[in-house]
Amino acid sequence: MAQVVLKQINKFYDSVHAVKDVNLTIHDKEFMVFVGPSGCGKTTTLRMVAGLEATSSGNILIGEQIVNDLPPMDRDIAMVFQNYALYPHMSVFDNMAFGLKMRKFDKAEIRQRVKQAADILGIEQLLDRKPRQLSGGQRQRVALGRAIVRNPQVFLFDEPLSNLDAKLRVQMRVELKKLHDRLGTTAIYVTHDQVEAMTLGDRVVVMRDGWVQQVGEPLELYNSPANKFVAGFIGSPAMNFCNVTVQDEAGELWLQNSGMRLRVPDGSAARLRSHVGREVTLGMRPEDLRVANSADPAGCCFDAVVEVVEQLGSEILLDVSVGNATMVAAVDPSLRTKVDEKLRLAVNPDRLHFFDVETEAAI
Amino acid sequence: MIEGAVWRRWVYFRLPLLLFILVLLFPFYWMLITSFRPDGELYRPWNAVNYNPFWTWKPTLAHVRYLLQETMFLKWLWNTMFIAIVSTVISLICGVFAGYALARLNFRFAGFLGTGIFITYLVPQTLLFIPLSEIIRNYRLGDTPWSLILTYPTFLIPFCTWLMMGYFKAIPKELEECARIDGASRWQAMLYIVVPVAVPGILSAGIFAFTLSWNEFIYALVFLSSPEQKTVPVGVVSELIRGDVFFWGPLMAGALLGSIPVALVYSFFVEHYVSGLTGSVKG
Repeated sequence: MAQVVLKQINKFYDSVHAVKDVNLTIHDKEFMVFVGPSGCGKTTTLRMVAGLEATSSGNILIGEQIVNDLPPMDRDIAMVFQNYALYPHMSVFDNMAFGLKMRKFDKAEIRQRVKQAADILGIEQLLDRKPRQLSGGQRQRVALGRAIVRNPQVFLFDEPLSNLDAKLRVQMRVELKKLHDRLGTTAIYVTHDQVEAMTLGDRVVVMRDGWVQQVGEPLELYNSPANKFVAGFIGSPAMNFCNVTVQDEAGELWLQNSGMRLRVPDGSAARLRSHVGREVTLGMRPEDLRVANSADPAGCCFDAVVEVVEQLGSEILLDVSVGNATMVAAVDPSLRTKVDEKLRLAVNPDRLHFFDVETEAAI
Repeated sequence: MIEGAVWRRWVYFRLPLLLFILVLLFPFYWMLITSFRPDGELYRPWNAVNYNPFWTWKPTLAHVRYLLQETMFLKWLWNTMFIAIVSTVISLICGVFAGYALARLNFRFAGFLGTGIFITYLVPQTLLFIPLSEIIRNYRLGDTPWSLILTYPTFLIPFCTWLMMGYFKAIPKELEECARIDGASRWQAMLYIVVPVAVPGILSAGIFAFTLSWNEFIYALVFLSSPEQKTVPVGVVSELIRGDVFFWGPLMAGALLGSIPVALVYSFFVEHYVSGLTGSVKG
């Protein structure tokens, strides 16, 4: 049983409160991704689980054991670093065997484990080379192999794909996923890339300024973000936000700002009742906006002026101005349009997100 | 390289380079030619008709023979080698440990200690030899190689520490963290990971320390008295300059032969030396 439990974890660097009250349970065999902008505390939390940083308060449990006071080597974990941290003076084989040698495994066992890991990762022919003779992707695989041979309870990944070029990153992402399916070891993965979070994670933790913003499955974070930060962080291009006033007209709720007037669908009306007469932040994902056709009711359409056309091939990203706000819409690639053209856009009314203007929490 | 007309290449690059090489190598050439010129030519007045200090048509081995047979040059060579090697080893060991501690361990007085160690390097030997000679006398180490082996570290250790500290700082922390997660204690991480990676830095510190001890003059002059204990710099100067008579031939031969070991050490380790100075460590 290799579940990892973080109880009331706090970390202070002198007076800087880097990690604030983190409470999490990572289940056995789960691939948990920590995601957030730079400085949000995700790497610090990972290093506390690894034992490379001491917790200021709180308990960390790996398996059923409290590991706060255990040094990294006794926690039965393996870590993959962003810059691979391969030992430059040793061959690939020795790099992978180092951990086992330190733990006094016998030579035959070491050779067998290293060979097995090398086979899984496809690096058998590289075993005699030195790290400086390898490409970035190969080095990353060796770093993974070094972690795999140890057969730990938990894998820890600290932005392992950040140093790879874009194409290789996509390829390694798929390989990591396959590797996790094959090995089934609990894993904690830190990244700033929300695409990696969405594609790799069984569950995702979004952090900001040391606080946990939301924990949940990727689709849950995408469909029901808990606050404006999570809504804007997950999903690319980012969600559009604008402030609108909630108005009550004969029992129906309408959202009004300088550029649009939208009808609140009945499903969401109950939540917004208490905000009548006040402003709320409206969130719409670019992929939920499309060019309106005659069938769309007036309550879900608004006018926009095209400012920039970005043709991606699979879709077109339109930067449009709506009233005095700007938005991004991801529309069908067959659309023919140009700058300064007036368009009528429609939004799926069930895909509207609402956030409180002051607290930024989802309504 | 310098692009453009050929004359540019010559005027801005090749000629200055040539000049530079000539100026640097000329002393060695002078020592070489003086060692093999017979006394007659050496003491010829400068305004004589056949005065030519740059070449000889009658080279002789008399001076070299005098140096090796009439003086204790070979013993001096052995003394200097022994003292230089032992003090280099001592300073390297201390320098590596001190440099590692200052670069990696965060303890309260780390910065203060680092600065303090470096400042001791700045105290001149010409000042320190007075109190040190008192200490040497009290411990009855005078006129033994140990008087030098134990005093050279006073300037070798600060230098080695400072060099190693800079080099260790350039080694990424993740290497040791990875080793610690892999199961190495801090000690094992240092021995198996950090030190092997820092070998270029250790070599360059070692070469520098070796050179400093080899060329050191004042402590050797003050603490050693009998001819069989002397080092090459001191022996050559004290035995081959008697009163106001300079035995130029053997003197130059001694100087030349005395600089060969250091030149050999440099030529063998020059690549590591340069990479140690530039600190190129890529993980």
